[in-house]
Amino acid sequence: MLHTFVAYVEDRPGVLTRVASLFRRLNININSLTVGRSERPGLSRLTLVCEASAEAGHRIRASLFKLENVVDVDDIAQAPSVTRELALIKVAASPRNRAQIFDLAEVFRARIVDLTSESLIIEMTGVESKIEGLIEILREDDGRILEICRSGKMTMRRGHHVSSVVKAMGVGEAAVEEDVSADEGAANEVQ
Amino acid sequence: MGHKGNANTKANANASNGSTTAPNTTAPSASASGSHAHLTPPAKLTGAEIIWATLVGEGVDTVFGYPGGTILPAYDALRKFPVRHILVRHEQGAAHMADGYSRASGKVGVAIATSGPGSTNLVTGIATAMLDSIPIVCITANVSSKLLGTDAFQEVDITGITLPVTKHNFLVNRAEDIAPTLRHAFQIARSGRPGPVLVDITKDAEQATAEFDFEAAKPRPYRPHPMLHVDDSGLAQAAELIRNSKRPVILAGHGVMESGAMEQVRTLAERAQIPVGLTLLGLGGFPASHPLCLGMMGMHGESWVNHAIQEADLLIACGMRFDDRVTGKLAEYALKAKKIHIEVDPAEINKNVKVDVALVGDLREVLEQLLPRISGRDGSAWLKTIEASKGAVAVRDIKNLPDSGHLYAAHVIHDLWRMTGGNAIVVTDVGQHQMWEAQYFRHEQPRTLITSGGLGTMGFALPAAIGAKVACPEKEVWVVVGDGGFQMTAAELATIVQEKIKINIAIINNGYLGMVRQWQEFFYERNYEATPLVSPDFVKLADAHGIPGRAVRKRSEVEEAVKKARSATGAYLLNFMVEKEDSVYPMIPAGSALHEMIRRPEKDPLEERADDK
Repeated sequence: MLHTFVAYVEDRPGVLTRVASLFRRLNININSLTVGRSERPGLSRLTLVCEASAEAGHRIRASLFKLENVVDVDDIAQAPSVTRELALIKVAASPRNRAQIFDLAEVFRARIVDLTSESLIIEMTGVESKIEGLIEILREDDGRILEICRSGKMTMRRGHHVSSVVKAMGVGEAAVEEDVSADEGAANEVQ
Repeated sequence: MGHKGNANTKANANASNGSTTAPNTTAPSASASGSHAHLTPPAKLTGAEIIWATLVGEGVDTVFGYPGGTILPAYDALRKFPVRHILVRHEQGAAHMADGYSRASGKVGVAIATSGPGSTNLVTGIATAMLDSIPIVCITANVSSKLLGTDAFQEVDITGITLPVTKHNFLVNRAEDIAPTLRHAFQIARSGRPGPVLVDITKDAEQATAEFDFEAAKPRPYRPHPMLHVDDSGLAQAAELIRNSKRPVILAGHGVMESGAMEQVRTLAERAQIPVGLTLLGLGGFPASHPLCLGMMGMHGESWVNHAIQEADLLIACGMRFDDRVTGKLAEYALKAKKIHIEVDPAEINKNVKVDVALVGDLREVLEQLLPRISGRDGSAWLKTIEASKGAVAVRDIKNLPDSGHLYAAHVIHDLWRMTGGNAIVVTDVGQHQMWEAQYFRHEQPRTLITSGGLGTMGFALPAAIGAKVACPEKEVWVVVGDGGFQMTAAELATIVQEKIKINIAIINNGYLGMVRQWQEFFYERNYEATPLVSPDFVKLADAHGIPGRAVRKRSEVEEAVKKARSATGAYLLNFMVEKEDSVYPMIPAGSALHEMIRRPEKDPLEERADDK
């Protein structure tokens, strides 16, 4: 099954290698991995998606915790959460067929962020399946897609959720802000 | 290079020498100023001096190492500190010595190496410590920070190389980071499930100066693994299972020693009348002479233990990890048994064997909580069944067998046990002799068997024994080693002489890489490819080092030879020329179930090979 882990890790050189090395050791392929700054200075937040047996979740989480630089690990599993992925898709488009792609972007609520005489770039945010959907339709026309750049999944649990990071770091809870659902309508969430 | 050191440090170091046993001495924070640390501002020291001052503060009085270009500033500063340095002949030896030191004493062992090949030579020793959860700290130097990543002379990415075989590692490139990092390294090494930590320090960090304040360098409080979990319902369930079980077995592992739970395990066993099987690394955690002790389980375990496990209706695993050498084929492992797993590492739960109750925490603490819920229980029927299954096997007592003129390893180990009264620390290598030791030397006390279990590192014994003897100079230390493994690290004989270390070496010499030969005999149609082994005359080799020794060919000579070695003032080597094609029985072929043992042929239990020739 697909596992999604959200982890807070120290923001310093080599930490990502340690996380990646753990999955290599366990012979588990990482499907996607996004890392960036978090709400706490000095801590990065990563969302990692991987395919492994259902029982493996416990061991992966326990092993992640054993890494000295990992502060908190959440196994999202089936918990209600908001998931987003960002994709940039460069498409070959001449002035003649541009309008068609504009329409498509409209339908998928994507944006055109770059336009040249031969190509344009579509920016799209959404759940994985939505992005897959757009790509699939664009692929119907051979050779239209020139480049795809996808961020990988980012996940956040829904609702008020006091991160155990706070506890782990011994920081007051006051600093924790309530999770605000993503602006583009959590109601549309599928996954 | 280290000459900026305060002249007071040496005097102070000597002053504090007498009290190096106190692990938390604050003396080093005063390393430049005598005992009034709190009255003086923190001292300015070079990074090199900070290394030693921090080590002293952590209670280290001995390190094992080998100098070289980038670590030279540290060696230059060594004279100012009350630390004994043992010069090894190969850095692998340094890591094994630190490991043996730690296994014998329970303290953190320290190994030191220079950059490049010095640090890569440590790797086998680090992996050995990792697989057996041994707390050691390895300090390596690296090229100056501005040269990192340039392929400078003797530069190697040792933190990258050791990442999967250390509990954690650090690269330090500022003098002010050395003390906090080293202290953190010690905390990591000894906490939770212990393990090796490597600290790689750049040469410029050794040479720069920084303020040294041991107290201020204290790491943040230790954070236990967040998934440790022992609750009332788990304890109640465990107690219930124990109460209702008819055929329970305790499986005691290395964790018994690591958490110091010998008393608690014994109380549990005695109160509920539960027999105890031991892992290889668990030997000594429960007295071999105890009526409830079943001995070692697993691939070369006693047949009755393995049968008991397969027949059991409850297994209580204490500080062990269901290693493949212990379980055999998992699909057929202890199918009738419920399982309780008490273990400090949450990642071990349900890894190999699915358990019914997991109590995830320090073994001693968990047992302290569990014991009040355990009441007396009649286990006599089950104990009788096990006793009966020993049958003819237990009657086989090698010391009563007539002398056939052949010398068997079993004789040697048995005599060694008898003559030392079981009180020696035995350090073994890996292979047949290791299993014979585990079978015939009966360990009553924890930390009396030191052996490479998880990684199975040949060449471990000699250096690890040096470490053990340095840690416990009052103890009698025996190396039991094969002719193959001995040659892997025999260079450390010179270390023994230089450091005047009194250890006794028993080479179990059968002219083969014995365990591999045994596998070839059983599973590869006796195709003895690359296992016959030509060795030097070990007695002459010892002699070349100034170590006396003798060869032993007959059973009747064993006793006298052992006596001679024990009474020698210095190290002594005995070369036991044993039966060449003897095998270790019983044996569970890799991938077979626990009850599918190959047994020693019955008609003539010790001499089946001799008849063949």
